[in-house]
Amino acid sequence: MRITQGTFSYLPELTDGEISAQIAYALGNGWPCSVEFTDDPHPRNAYWEMWGLPMFDLRDPAGVLHEINECRRAYPDHYVRLNAYDAGYGRQTTALSFIVHRPAAEPGFRLDRTETADRRVRYRMHPYALDRPAGERYRAR
Amino acid sequence: MTGRLGFDMRATGSDGSGDAPGPPEPLPPDARVDLARAEAESRIGQVLDALDGELVGLVPVKTRIREIAALLLVDRLRARYGLGTAPPNLHMCFTGSPGTGKTTVATRLAELLHRLGYLRQGHLVAVTRDDLVGQYVGHTAPKTKEVLKRAMGGVLFIDEAYYLYRAENERDYGQESIEILLQMMENHRDDLVVVLAGYRDRMDSFFASNPGMSSRIAHHIDFPDYTVEELEAIGALMLRRDGYVLAPRTEPVFRDYLERRRRRPRFANARSVRNALERARLRHAARLLAEGGEVGREELSTLRPEDFLASSVFTDTALSRNERI
Repeated sequence: MRITQGTFSYLPELTDGEISAQIAYALGNGWPCSVEFTDDPHPRNAYWEMWGLPMFDLRDPAGVLHEINECRRAYPDHYVRLNAYDAGYGRQTTALSFIVHRPAAEPGFRLDRTETADRRVRYRMHPYALDRPAGERYRAR
Repeated sequence: MTGRLGFDMRATGSDGSGDAPGPPEPLPPDARVDLARAEAESRIGQVLDALDGELVGLVPVKTRIREIAALLLVDRLRARYGLGTAPPNLHMCFTGSPGTGKTTVATRLAELLHRLGYLRQGHLVAVTRDDLVGQYVGHTAPKTKEVLKRAMGGVLFIDEAYYLYRAENERDYGQESIEILLQMMENHRDDLVVVLAGYRDRMDSFFASNPGMSSRIAHHIDFPDYTVEELEAIGALMLRRDGYVLAPRTEPVFRDYLERRRRRPRFANARSVRNALERARLRHAARLLAEGGEVGREELSTLRPEDFLASSVFTDTALSRNERI
């Protein structure tokens, strides 16, 4: 199941040229970019691992794209996303965030039905990938 | 999302590619292109003229920059005929005495390469050893990479690059910085132009101990020292920019000053001229205040011989004294 998170998630995968254009847009607005990766893409998992520090004072998308490619090379079986942070007063939040790399196979999620006290039913979302230890979750078997 | 189209989605991937126009059709082989028009369209003439007008002397430097500009222009025309050329290697090394205009030329170069479409942004990031080399293990690589990323799309100007390599200390982190630099210079050739600058003899020994660096730099440009006439012209340019004039009697004094100053130690070409003019302005202001009375536009902007003659260059003949002028 293809995971959809962040901006452009319903579009086909962006090419490097299109990613560069988005980075250029972010830099043009003065938003510093950062690269993050994870192998636990649960929708509530907001804290992905940081790939280096956020990149400040950049003028050209090539530097950000370089880091994205480095991260892809180091973690080919992980999800990689790009964040652009708007530090302007009144916003001070992530302005743009999208997935730039995903593992080859995405097994998806299932719903676990649990009965709790007083016959109430609770559902929890369980990623199949989480059955395997961290770091190997999306590696090809 | 198993093949089912969501709300407002399109079936094909035409969204991303639709707004980017493809490369124009190559010109037919028998087409002719007007070189003068292509040159005028790229507006490089303005930058080259500014280089000629605002920088005095430096003939070998200007020649080389003109050649580079011509090469990039021709490459662009070749691309229109579909003749593919690898992007040229434009990493450079500027050697010369202090104050010969290395930084100024680097700024102009960034602008020029931007106009020619070689650099996307055309900014200049000027750094020294401190900005590239870290203080403890594992600090250097992120620091160097951060600077390199900041410089992408522009020119990275490394002043006094020979300090990166310290021959006497083999554990110095400078070597690590040089390796990262070399790797990025090779892999990101079309994103970044690296300019190393420094004094001639020390750059030579730096390259002798880092042959990989020397071979990756295509252009070794030497900045000659200025002659007295050129220094005078530089002084005149600086004065005009600051709104001062020399009284007619001051001109020979100024020339005499430059000749004497040139023979003294720690002479820094254009920078020394600037410092001399700064001090002349100080004396000029002090003199005006001491004289009192009324002043007009002419008095406020005219430097007289005594503003220069008070300098220690004229009073003190001992060459070993410090530059207290």
